[in-house]
Amino acid sequence: MNEFFQLLLSGVTVGFIYALVGMGFTVIYNSSGIINFAQGEFVMAGGMSAVFLLKWGIPFWLAFLLAIIITAFLGVVLYKLIDISKEHSVISMIILTLGYSIALRGLAEVVFDKELHTLPSFVKDGTFSIYGATLTYQALLVMITSVIIVISLYLFFNKTKTGKAMLALSDNKDSAKLMGVDINKILMLNFIISAVIAGVGGLLLAPITSTNYEIGIMLGLKGFSAAVIGGLSKPFGAVVGGLLLGILESLVAGYISSEYKDAVAFVALLGILFFMPGGIFSNLKAKRV
Amino acid sequence: MAQAVKQIKDILFLIFFLIVIPFFFKNDFYYEIAILSLLNAIICIGLNLLMGYAGQISLGHGGFAALGAYITVILSSIYDISPAVSLLVSLVFMAFFAFVISKPILKLEGHYLAMATLGVGVIIYIAVNAQADLTGGPDGMGVDIFKIFGFEFDSNIKWYILSSILLILVIVTFKNIINSPYGRILRGIHDSNQAVSSVGADVARYKSYVFVISVVIAALAGSMYAFFSGFISPAEASFNRSIELVVMVVFGGIGRVYGALLGAVFLTVLPQLLTSFEDYQTLIYGVIIIFVMIFMPKGIISLFDKLGKTNAHS
Repeated sequence: MNEFFQLLLSGVTVGFIYALVGMGFTVIYNSSGIINFAQGEFVMAGGMSAVFLLKWGIPFWLAFLLAIIITAFLGVVLYKLIDISKEHSVISMIILTLGYSIALRGLAEVVFDKELHTLPSFVKDGTFSIYGATLTYQALLVMITSVIIVISLYLFFNKTKTGKAMLALSDNKDSAKLMGVDINKILMLNFIISAVIAGVGGLLLAPITSTNYEIGIMLGLKGFSAAVIGGLSKPFGAVVGGLLLGILESLVAGYISSEYKDAVAFVALLGILFFMPGGIFSNLKAKRV
Repeated sequence: MAQAVKQIKDILFLIFFLIVIPFFFKNDFYYEIAILSLLNAIICIGLNLLMGYAGQISLGHGGFAALGAYITVILSSIYDISPAVSLLVSLVFMAFFAFVISKPILKLEGHYLAMATLGVGVIIYIAVNAQADLTGGPDGMGVDIFKIFGFEFDSNIKWYILSSILLILVIVTFKNIINSPYGRILRGIHDSNQAVSSVGADVARYKSYVFVISVVIAALAGSMYAFFSGFISPAEASFNRSIELVVMVVFGGIGRVYGALLGAVFLTVLPQLLTSFEDYQTLIYGVIIIFVMIFMPKGIISLFDKLGKTNAHS
C-alpha cells in the first residue's frame, strides 16, 4: 500500500509537468489550429536558460525571471514565423514547428552545451513523509505552483476581458473580429502564454530530473499525449490528461516494466485516438472533417 | 501521349545521370553517401505517395522502415534464414501490419492522423530498445552480408547498382499508380474525401492500399540500408528519423516524384557538407527547414519549374 502511494505521488509530480506542457499545446491549438511541435523545446529552453544564467553569475530570482522572458520571446518568434509563412496547411505548419524545434535544439547546443545539468532546488533540500511515503520539498513546490498556474489560467480565460476575447476567437474568428477583437495581438498573446507555461514547467522540472538540450523531444510528445487524452481543445482537460499519464506511467514503471514506461503515453494516445478521439471528456465520435 | 513520352524521357535522363555520376566519385565515402541518398529517396517516394496524393501525413515512417529492417535482420542473423527470404517474409509481414493498423489510423484526419502514426512510430522505437535479446537494445546489432542466389553484395559498386535499380523500379511503380484510375481517385481523396465517396469510390480502401504500399517500400529500403551498412540500431526508428523523412518530402516538393528524390538527395548530402560546422549542424538544418517552409512551401523543385518556364519564354 505504501509503495502504491509512493508511486502515486511521484506520478502526480511528473504528471503536473506533462499537464503544463499539454496545456501549452491546447492554448496554441485553440487559437490557431496549429499543433506546436516545439512545445517541448520551450520546456527545455526554460530549464536550460536558468541553469546557464545561474552559472554565468546572475542572481537566483533574476535568472528565473530572465529564463521565462527568454521562453516568452521564443514564443513570439514562432508566432512571427507562422505569420509570415505563405502557406498554412496542416502539413506545412507541422513541418514549420518541427523545423523550429530542431533549430531551438541546435541553438541550445551552441549557446549552452550537450551535457546533463540540474538546477539547485528552489526550496530547502530534503524530504518529508506523508502517509508513509516520502516526498521532496521540490516535488511539493511543483504541485503547488502547477495548481496556482492552472487556477490563474482558469480565472484569466473566464473572468478577464482579454481571456474571454481569446476564447471567443477560438469559437469563431469572424464574429470575434466583428466584435472588435484584435486577432493578431490575441494570437501572439496565446503563443506567449503557451511558451511561458512551458518555460515554468522546465524551471520546475530541472531540479527534479536533470535537463539537457534534447529533453524537450520526449517531454513534448508526452505533453502532447496529455493534451489529446484531455481533448485537444480543452486546456483543463490537458491537466487531467497529464496527471493520468504521470500516474499510469509511474505505476507501469513500478509494477510492470521500467523499460516500457515511456510507451505508456503513446499506447494511451492511440487508445484515445481510436476509441474516443474527442478525449476522455467526450463520448461523441468526433470526426474532424 | 505527350505526357507518357515526357515520363520516359525523365526516366532515361535519370538512368543516364545515375550511370554518369559515379565517374565523379573520388572514394568510397562518395559511394556511401550516394547509396544512402538513393535509399532515402526510395522511402521518400513511397511516403510522398501517401502525403502528396492521398493527403495523409505519417510521422512514423522511420519506425516502419526500422521495424521492417529489424525483422529482416533478426530472421537472417539470428534464425539463419537466407537474407532474400528474410526480406520477403519481412515485407509480407509489414504489408499485413500496415493493413491492420491502417483501419483505425486512416479514419483519422489531419493532426489526429499525424499523432497516431507518431504514436505507433515511437512505440516501435521503445520496443526495439527494450527487446535487447532480439535487437541488441540501444547498442544495435551487426548484420550479415546480403546475398541472393549465392551472389554476394559485398562492394559499394554492387550496392550502388542495386539501389539505383530499386529507385527506378519504385519511380516507375509510382508513375504507374498515379496515372492509373487509382491515381485519379487518390488525387480526388487529397482534394475532397466526400466528393470521391459520392461518386462511389471506397475511399478508406484506397487510402489503406496507399498506406500499405508506402510502408512496404519504407521497410524494403530500411532493410537494404541495414544490409548495406552491416549494422542496425534503434536510431533508425527514432522520432527524429521519421521527421527527417517527412522533411525530405516537403523540402523537395510534396506530391512530386522528382521532388521527393531531390529532397532526399539534398538533405542526405547537406549534413555531410556541414560537418566542418559540426556544432552548428543541427541549428543550420533547422533554420533551412523553417526558411523553405516560409518562402518555398512547394519545395525546392518549384525553383526548377520557374527556371524551366523562363527558359521556355526566352
